[in-house]
Amino acid sequence: MPDAPVRVGLFVTCLVDLFRPAVGFAAVKLLGQAGCTVEVPATQTCCGQPAYNSGDKADTKAIARQVIDAFEAFDYVVVPSGSCGGMIKEHYTELFADEPAMFQRAQHLAKRTYELISFLTDVRGMERVHAHYEGIATYHDACSGLRELGVKQQPRKLLAGVQGLTLKELPGAEVCCGFGGTFCIKYPEISERMAADKAADIARTGADTLLAGDMGCLLNMAGKLTRLGKQIRVRHVAEILADMSGETPPIGVSASAERR
Amino acid sequence: MQPTSHSFKQNAHQALGNANLQKALNLMRAGFPAKRAAVIAKLPEFEELREQGKAIKNHVLENLDFYLEAFERNVVARGGQVHWCRTPQEARDTVLAICRRLGAKTVTKGKSMIAEEIALNDHLAQNGITPVETDLGEYIIQIRNEYPSHIIAPAIHLVKEQIAQSFRETHTNLDPKRLLEEAPTLVAEARGILRQKFLSADVGITGANFCIAETGSTIIVTNEGNGDLTQTLTKAHIALASLEKIVPTLEDASTLLRLLARSATGQEFSTYTTVSTGPRRPEDTDGPGEFHVVFLDNGRSAMLGTEFQDMLRCIRCGACMNHCPVYATVGGHAYGWVYPGPMGAVLTPTLVGVDEAGHLPNASTFCGKCESVCPMKIPLPKMMRHWREREFERQLSPATYRYGLKFWAFFATRPQLYRLVAGFGARLLGLMGRSRGRFRSLPLAGGWTQGRDMPAPEGRSFHSLWAERRRAGKAA
Repeated sequence: MPDAPVRVGLFVTCLVDLFRPAVGFAAVKLLGQAGCTVEVPATQTCCGQPAYNSGDKADTKAIARQVIDAFEAFDYVVVPSGSCGGMIKEHYTELFADEPAMFQRAQHLAKRTYELISFLTDVRGMERVHAHYEGIATYHDACSGLRELGVKQQPRKLLAGVQGLTLKELPGAEVCCGFGGTFCIKYPEISERMAADKAADIARTGADTLLAGDMGCLLNMAGKLTRLGKQIRVRHVAEILADMSGETPPIGVSASAERR
Repeated sequence: MQPTSHSFKQNAHQALGNANLQKALNLMRAGFPAKRAAVIAKLPEFEELREQGKAIKNHVLENLDFYLEAFERNVVARGGQVHWCRTPQEARDTVLAICRRLGAKTVTKGKSMIAEEIALNDHLAQNGITPVETDLGEYIIQIRNEYPSHIIAPAIHLVKEQIAQSFRETHTNLDPKRLLEEAPTLVAEARGILRQKFLSADVGITGANFCIAETGSTIIVTNEGNGDLTQTLTKAHIALASLEKIVPTLEDASTLLRLLARSATGQEFSTYTTVSTGPRRPEDTDGPGEFHVVFLDNGRSAMLGTEFQDMLRCIRCGACMNHCPVYATVGGHAYGWVYPGPMGAVLTPTLVGVDEAGHLPNASTFCGKCESVCPMKIPLPKMMRHWREREFERQLSPATYRYGLKFWAFFATRPQLYRLVAGFGARLLGLMGRSRGRFRSLPLAGGWTQGRDMPAPEGRSFHSLWAERRRAGKAA
């Protein structure tokens, strides 16, 4: 008898919601392939990280309560972002250190929350994807996913199974791209220089595609690469793994330009 | 020195345009992290050592009074003296009084961040005593009238051409036609000059990497041996230390020494590790006539028991700044005071006030690299966030930023309203950016679009599409 389907609540993230729904749909498709039924609670907005990293604890807690309420009933919470995933998994409990009841709920949620790619491989045991992508890709390890959640080999393992794709490692792949959430708003000049250094590293690999698992970093790196006139296609790794790269132009590229 | 941390943004702006600095930072970026990684790869128990080191320091911080008193007893038992100073002023005056009593005209100095923190050189010079820095990096910045840009590599912001230029301008009694293009010639020249200073100095001042409670000894590590000459040839050796430098035993110090050099310079051990215990005894062939340890508090004891206590585990290795992408972009002087980088972002607001240094804990992307390389496992990003909380509570962050945040939070806590606004925003921006797929400029995002494009949204929000598909019965 097959196992009962696993009920996953998808935490879409505000940047995917606003900028790149394709990533959300790629996540839904991959989770389906991994034997999960996916629901998207309508009461979610943001994980609260902008407020948290700005020292605004009251608003962060209000948002965290909202997320905990919305996702409490699921077997797992899956997030197509290491940054937002890390916020829920690593930081919600810190917020409620003085409120035992909420702390328990936060802890319960943290235990069941995963970044998308690590969930597919580490929890669901996904070994291979059925995807095709023509190109030489390089991969940037977004900081929170890497250092808070240990996402490193999981995307590489699945990318290795994508037909037509060659992965070329990015020197300095673990160095921050300069996005930093509120950092890029508060210190845009420093952020821009860090993005420029990252873009130079990316260009030197000779890859025609840049992949990563976090929309913030992707918007930052894509924005710098297009400003520099680099013809490097930037995508969230889930789009490739879900074999959905044909459905949406790369980040920062218009549909008409993509057709040319 | 007067901190300029409040001008962090302007400081950073200048740093980004400084070609020599950028060249020097590129060299650093390529150097320290690779060296550290290589040496740690050879030590499988490094992670375990980190845990041990952390436990040693945590134990000390829980029993600080006990170990400080034990240290003092043992210093006194060996003929030395301990001075307790609450403020930089008290510490400066204590050092000056010792120098005056001994009629000192020249003091040689080993590298000491506490001396920088209390601005000792200026104080001595103003009182007619000439301080001579003997660490090469410190010597270079002293003759250039600068302050350190890094806690273990004070002149790392300079390229060797700048150093050669400074040597030519300062060492005017040497042949102006001499060659100074290569680093070894620069080192040899500095060594020759400093040798004379060592012999003529009256008092030697060093820092202390560790103070050993069980023996009353101080320990310094150097790669140049300058510290040994500074402290053994003079009438008095004054070691400057902050309270948290104490460790219970020599064994504990050994554990921390194994972490220190590897984390700092990627060496297995520093070239010189010097243990100083008391003044010269009658049977000794050399050694200082007097031995003084000057302890500085300067707000550190007030960190005990607070959310910043873990910062007192810091052993000043500099790994956090060596690996910090922000430090590597703007250099240490942008931080505007003696402690730069992530450890400075936590410590500087404590020491000079968060009003002055409020930028520093904000100038981090929270990439987490600093915490991951810290030998003492200090949660640096978490503590920077604590500073941000205090700034937010006190409304020190810019008003526009706070209002923007409140405006956003208003929507983020009202999902239905948020849904409407996000859906509308996605459509509007998607439509505006449809032809190019990105924006070259965008209202309210001028900082971003100055040097980057802003990718345009696809055009519909995920949630609106999802709801639509659900209604059409096509959802997964």
